[in-house]
Amino acid sequence: MSNEQEYIELFDSNRALIEEPCAELLNRERAKAYTAFKAMGFPSGKEELYRYTDVRPIFAENYGMNLGRLDVPINPREIFSCDVPNLHTHQEYIVNDTYFSKDGAEALPEGVILGSLNEIATKNPALLEPYYNVLAKGGDGVAMFNTTFAQDGLVLYVSKNSCVERTVQLMNVLRSNVDLLTNRRLLIVLEEGAQASMLLCDHAVEKIKSLSVQVVEVFVGRNARFDLCELEETHGENVRLSQLFVKQEAGSSFNHTTITLTNGLTRNSARVSLEGEGAEVNMYGLAITDKKQHVENNTLVDHVVGRCNSNELYKYILDEESKGVFSGKMLIRKDAQQTNSRQTNRNLCLTKCARMYAQPQLEIYADDVKCGHGSTVGQLDENALFYMQQRGIPADEAKHLLMFAFAGEVIDAIKLDALRERLHILVEKRFRGELNRCKGCSLCK
Amino acid sequence: MIEKMENLLEIKNLHATIEGKEILKGINLTVKPGEVHAIMGPNGSGKSTLSNVLVGHPAYTVTDGEVIYKGKNLLELSPEDRSHEGVFLSFQYPVEIAGVSMTNFMRAAINAKLKYKGEPAMSAGDFLKLMREKRALVNLDSKLANRSVNEGFSGGEKKRNEIFQMAMLEPSLSILDETDSGLDIDALRIVAEGVNKLKRPDTSTLVITHYQRLLDYIKPDIVHVLYNGRIVKTAGPELALELEERGYDWIKNENQ
Repeated sequence: MSNEQEYIELFDSNRALIEEPCAELLNRERAKAYTAFKAMGFPSGKEELYRYTDVRPIFAENYGMNLGRLDVPINPREIFSCDVPNLHTHQEYIVNDTYFSKDGAEALPEGVILGSLNEIATKNPALLEPYYNVLAKGGDGVAMFNTTFAQDGLVLYVSKNSCVERTVQLMNVLRSNVDLLTNRRLLIVLEEGAQASMLLCDHAVEKIKSLSVQVVEVFVGRNARFDLCELEETHGENVRLSQLFVKQEAGSSFNHTTITLTNGLTRNSARVSLEGEGAEVNMYGLAITDKKQHVENNTLVDHVVGRCNSNELYKYILDEESKGVFSGKMLIRKDAQQTNSRQTNRNLCLTKCARMYAQPQLEIYADDVKCGHGSTVGQLDENALFYMQQRGIPADEAKHLLMFAFAGEVIDAIKLDALRERLHILVEKRFRGELNRCKGCSLCK
Repeated sequence: MIEKMENLLEIKNLHATIEGKEILKGINLTVKPGEVHAIMGPNGSGKSTLSNVLVGHPAYTVTDGEVIYKGKNLLELSPEDRSHEGVFLSFQYPVEIAGVSMTNFMRAAINAKLKYKGEPAMSAGDFLKLMREKRALVNLDSKLANRSVNEGFSGGEKKRNEIFQMAMLEPSLSILDETDSGLDIDALRIVAEGVNKLKRPDTSTLVITHYQRLLDYIKPDIVHVLYNGRIVKTAGPELALELEERGYDWIKNENQ
């Protein structure tokens, strides 16, 4: 029996249980996704997009799912109250895949809705109707799986010309005694002229086996601006499959940073569609890996219309037997004249056993565009190392300085000052092997 | 023992190879505190190999001989410990290090040296004050000090930056490897003035150069000619002038 068959049977026998607590909108889209999932199944490792991260064996593992929405006995506010100096955020929590009650949260600016996906979809379906599953429905089997089983998550809705000055910080906390599959869903909408920034942190409390499937849909309206920073700090037993879908309208701006500090296996997919003239997207990624960590960043920037800018910079520092994958496609459609598009991927392999798979792709159908991509794989510059040693800097310290400088280019692109400073320190700690010694979030430790 | 202390550096029968090829074929050289030695020679004679071997560059293998520095076996020390003991190389081609600021680089170097000496790290205020003082010595623009190490520096700026680092680290033995290459006459003078200002009675300098012109500014006590991996001639400063006039061919002919 193939592993999707097991999930299909699981769904069939638990359908009422899954649907009972959920909003009509979620269940309506669930029905469509279920049909699609039945037809397409999980992507196979033979498919181009999954060549380097085969998800089928991942789903074949025996994980528990909290379909009955049982309460998790944890107060994340106590364990994960984040106090990065000068980082005043609106703190939100998802424990496993359930939105944690908002009690104690501070008031939001007018025109901003932030909270549980299921709750908002129940109370105000008309608000989410034009957005929920609109982008993800064009996705692959993993996206269909997510929609089929999604029961909750988070909504951030910023209405026309509203601005969320403080960053919304969403902490995804994994807490379980048994091996667990979580399936969370995020929907972010910025209407015309709206502005917001968001920090998404993944943490795991216990060292159990876990599979986190995440689908994030983002709509950036005309002249709106959204900054999203994702930070993964889990452990070697965690698998993260994240799919980000973004639609940008004219004059909008989207900045995305993905940082993988510690993890097991991660596949981050980002699909950005530039559908209005003058839209701009900047995507940055940093992965620092060792042991048998595996990190894939898979991107598609789809230039549908002309005069848009896209810029990608992904950097990997791979130690020991870890594996990095960067697969990035720039698609410049026929009408996307005067596109300005740039993709850069730079990688350091610190050992002979570390592996990097880089797959930059350009597909251009317009004739008046400026596009470029570049990818390099190398080692630390031996001349620079020796130069530093000659000045008295010990070899290990010299290596740290070079790695830190290499990573700095991605971190410096983060717009939030407090977070940027904090990440500099975190990355330095990561290089010194000082991360993940404490249970809580190292952002504030 | 007393005799050994009189010499800062003693190189005895030094043989070294790179990628299996022998470059140094028995170097003997003694440098006393306070002395300035010039090492001249045609291209490919082993001048840069000698300086690299002295600072412990991993690409070179010492196959025979010994180097005694301050009474210690220099070749047993790691490159960083040689630095901490006061050996400094002004690189012929200073390396650009993107993303590492001059300030962080120098702070790491100074604090590593203090740690080696068992002294506490320098406060940020004291460190910046020291940077300012030493920068003035070689007229290094403060803008350069805020940039990444050597990144986007002109040839002259890179060499000046080497002398600035020398001023910061206050070495006992400074090796200037082709410090004059790529410098115009004004830059050459500034760099040489910096070196002369840093000179103390107990510190020594090895000036490695192809041309005589640097020696107009940094006056050597002793001039050696290195050819085919050996020192083939040693004399006073007049030898440099003779080489300038006659070139290296007569040396080559004498040593066929």
